[in-house]
Amino acid sequence: MDRLEGYFSQWVLKYRAWIIATSLVVLLAAGNGLQYLGFDNDYRAFFTDDNPELLAYDKVENTYTKSDNVFILIEPKTGDVFQPEVLKLLEELTTAAWQIPHSRRVDSLQNFQNTYAEEDDLIVESLYEEASDLLASDIENVKQVGLSDPLLFERLVSADGRVTALNITIEYPKVDADKELKSVVSQTRAMVANYQEAYPDVNFYVTGIAFLNNAFVEAGENDLSLLVPVSLLLMLVIMFVLLRSISAVIGITLIIIFSDVIALGLGGYAGVKLTPASISSAQMIMVLAVANSVHLLVSFMYGLQHKVAKEEALLESIRINLQPIFLTSATTMIGFLCLNFSESPPFHDLGNLVAVGVFVSFCLSLTFLPAMMSYLPVRVKVGEDVSVERLASFSKFVIRYQNIILLLSAVAVFISAYAATLNKPEEQFLKYFDESVEFRVDSDFANQSVGGLFQLSFSLPAEGKGGISDPQYLEHLDRFAQWLKAQPEVINTYVLSDTLRRLNKNMHGDDPDWYTLPESRELAAQYLLLYEMSLPYGLDLNNQVNIDKSATLLVVGVEEMSNVELLDFEERVQQWMQSHLPVSMQTKGSGAMLIFAHLTEKNIKSMLSGSVLALVLISMILVFALRSIKIGLLSLVPNLVPVIIGFGLWGLLYVEVNMALASVVSMTLGIVVDDTVHFLSKYLRAKREKGYSTEESITYAFTHVGKALTISTLILSAGFGVLMMSPFSLNSDMATLTTWIIVIALVVDLLLLPILLLKLDKEKT
Amino acid sequence: MKKLVSLLVLLLPLMATAQTPEEKGMEIAVEADKRDAGFGDMSSAMIMTLKNANGDVSIRKMRSKNLEVEGDGDKGLTIFDEPADIKGTAFLSFTHILDADDQWLYLPALKRVKRISSKNKSGPFMGSEFAFEDLSSREVAKYTYLYLRDEAINGEDSFVVESKPNYKYSGYTRTVAWVSKETYQPLKLEYYDRKKSLLKTMTATGYQQYLGKFWRPDSLNMVNHQTKKETRLEFSNYQFQKGLSDRDFNKSSLKRAR
Repeated sequence: MDRLEGYFSQWVLKYRAWIIATSLVVLLAAGNGLQYLGFDNDYRAFFTDDNPELLAYDKVENTYTKSDNVFILIEPKTGDVFQPEVLKLLEELTTAAWQIPHSRRVDSLQNFQNTYAEEDDLIVESLYEEASDLLASDIENVKQVGLSDPLLFERLVSADGRVTALNITIEYPKVDADKELKSVVSQTRAMVANYQEAYPDVNFYVTGIAFLNNAFVEAGENDLSLLVPVSLLLMLVIMFVLLRSISAVIGITLIIIFSDVIALGLGGYAGVKLTPASISSAQMIMVLAVANSVHLLVSFMYGLQHKVAKEEALLESIRINLQPIFLTSATTMIGFLCLNFSESPPFHDLGNLVAVGVFVSFCLSLTFLPAMMSYLPVRVKVGEDVSVERLASFSKFVIRYQNIILLLSAVAVFISAYAATLNKPEEQFLKYFDESVEFRVDSDFANQSVGGLFQLSFSLPAEGKGGISDPQYLEHLDRFAQWLKAQPEVINTYVLSDTLRRLNKNMHGDDPDWYTLPESRELAAQYLLLYEMSLPYGLDLNNQVNIDKSATLLVVGVEEMSNVELLDFEERVQQWMQSHLPVSMQTKGSGAMLIFAHLTEKNIKSMLSGSVLALVLISMILVFALRSIKIGLLSLVPNLVPVIIGFGLWGLLYVEVNMALASVVSMTLGIVVDDTVHFLSKYLRAKREKGYSTEESITYAFTHVGKALTISTLILSAGFGVLMMSPFSLNSDMATLTTWIIVIALVVDLLLLPILLLKLDKEKT
Repeated sequence: MKKLVSLLVLLLPLMATAQTPEEKGMEIAVEADKRDAGFGDMSSAMIMTLKNANGDVSIRKMRSKNLEVEGDGDKGLTIFDEPADIKGTAFLSFTHILDADDQWLYLPALKRVKRISSKNKSGPFMGSEFAFEDLSSREVAKYTYLYLRDEAINGEDSFVVESKPNYKYSGYTRTVAWVSKETYQPLKLEYYDRKKSLLKTMTATGYQQYLGKFWRPDSLNMVNHQTKKETRLEFSNYQFQKGLSDRDFNKSSLKRAR
């Protein structure tokens, strides 16, 4: 092995020109793939193609209408919405909304198809038209209907009448998804801005699935255009301060660029579509590439400081770093590759892209970097690095107070292990976005006034064609809707039985006693036919009745809920259905938020197995590489303790564990193990090659890798620290916990690991 | 001067025939109307097949009768046979050239005739991709025409004519028709929605001539490009001039219709 390392380092320097040329060729060839790197702007990107909940949801959407929408809320600054000025605005907005690209349907208080009896005729018409000509009595009627009809009240009109909403159903052609979404968003914004200017006394809020998707896009773009440059700059400043060499900074910059470009370029060839959750791969690769390179550079500079000739110093640096860099890269890659266990494809992409990036930076930092450094001028101050002195005395300190430190560590671990159990796998989807994101603010407003994104759809099958007119079916449907309405978290229900009750009343001269379900199948079917024939363009029943009238869709709007609460709610619905509805009618709930809830639940389970596998694989590698079962197993402690303390801290401070945090265990394992590898490999080298005692070997390890470990921890935590500023919590939460764990890992490796060695790896002699 | 006069004289016949595209569009519409005039009355059976984006299929059956009205729009009566729960339901419509159409529906379960608001003729006909306005008779004066170009479609030479509805509450901003030069019947129609994007395309196939004069299609297929839904309408048993009169097209005849 040692001979191989020697040969390798000489080979690198001998063929340095070739290495640089080859690296450039690879850079260009792989970088060409960047043009194929797309962005996926649909929340569906978080689901695999065969995700059963998504498939069921797609089927519902294909049977009825798509539920992609734009949801605009208007709120006059004073008074309620039932004033001429606001009604006029709503009418104009309703007309204008048909011009939004890909709009299929527009629903508002204004075009609500009100029905009433007039002599013997059924009148079906918009609730009002020509708002400026409305009489006070007309407005009173609008108010009365708006605050009583179940299809309007707390659905398009808030309970206090202060807010009214406009729902635009969008159906994308899906030819150029990115362009289609952008056109919907930009035209909606332009339209709203226009009306905002014309009606300064009204507040506007915009949400809906289209804007949810857009918020994902903008979060990703924000991270890419702001956080990536900031962290790059930060990396370079830190490197310069630490290494005091422009050449070293140039070398590292090239490694960062090469690793990112090659990894993302290959991703492009592989057809990866980036999402805000996988965009952070660019940043992670950057940080991990720096961590890989810094070890080589630190050893190289250490040699120069000790008056070793430049070429000799490079040779020695490659020789002693080959094994640890290989090991740390391998473990980091395993940690990230285990993200493939996630239920959500963006995390697969994140794991795979970072793994490739780490592999590239591993290759480059041992070949391209030394080759470059051999050409670049490097000057260092000759002399003993003061840090070595300090590290040596730190080593003595640790050895002297080992029992106290051990005791304190044990206490910390036990407390953390308890605190970690406080964590709940629970998340609020809208809180993926922080309050600096307009979408979040507007959606919160929607949820507090008329309900918004939190909708569950139930497609309830009837028996056979036309079965939805069967009185028994309608009776059950109605009872289900009544039960739902009585649930505390339910805001509104959209159900056909309410329409039929209204029609029955209309058919009996608007007699409120007839607000009941039609008593025969024929009657219900004929009411529906009459009603359908009376509805204008776009406002048909296709969004709640399937084509052979054998099923209807019931949509229930609920309060904002966490994934756990949503699943609980769905569970309660299922239980009620089982005991109150015929088997033929029973159906699972669907809807964007609900399928996300299922996803996060499954994801936590699958990432748990992924993390266990990562732990087993990484430990096996350590046992094998360090050629010692005892040391390998012992390394489990410093690898797991930071994760335990990190999650303990999270449990004390935040409690809610989101989908991204489930990936942190496997990811950080691969990263924190690096510290252990570097420390142990130096320790074992001292023990095996130099025949030092345990204590001497510990001091040797401290003085030889202490600085590099501190530097790489600083770099990693700074890099992930920048990502903490992301307004997208899947990224910022993940970065926060990762940063903690990385810092804790350093502390553990410098305090606990040496003590464990002292206690458990005593002299054999 | 003399030269100019002779030039003008030469150009005169050309100028006389040089129509604007609007005039030519109108001319085609008028010719189509003229060629179909005089059918008197007509009846046929229809099968409507609906298909959604999932590929699910649903069938409706009905019969229709039409009466030509001199100087006004036609009268129509449609009787529904399937599905069973709307059997016997009948729909009566009086198309008017300038005024809004009159429409009634007879509900046998309620044993009553109900008037349907004529504003809403743009909604789907029985949940299909056809709207009322696609199926009601196309009166010349209801549209403004624009001739676009000549184009062959499936080997048949056609005029391509755009029409814009002159009435409020249409679901469309315009339609584009491929009108056969031979029969003056539409072979294909494109419908553009309120935001001017292509909404639906209808293709008519299997034209046959009846009584040596009147061309009628065997089927109409409507594809909605935005929802990926589809409806096919198949006609059979066309009958002409069976002596129907106004008495067969009024509110009381609706109840009798079977």
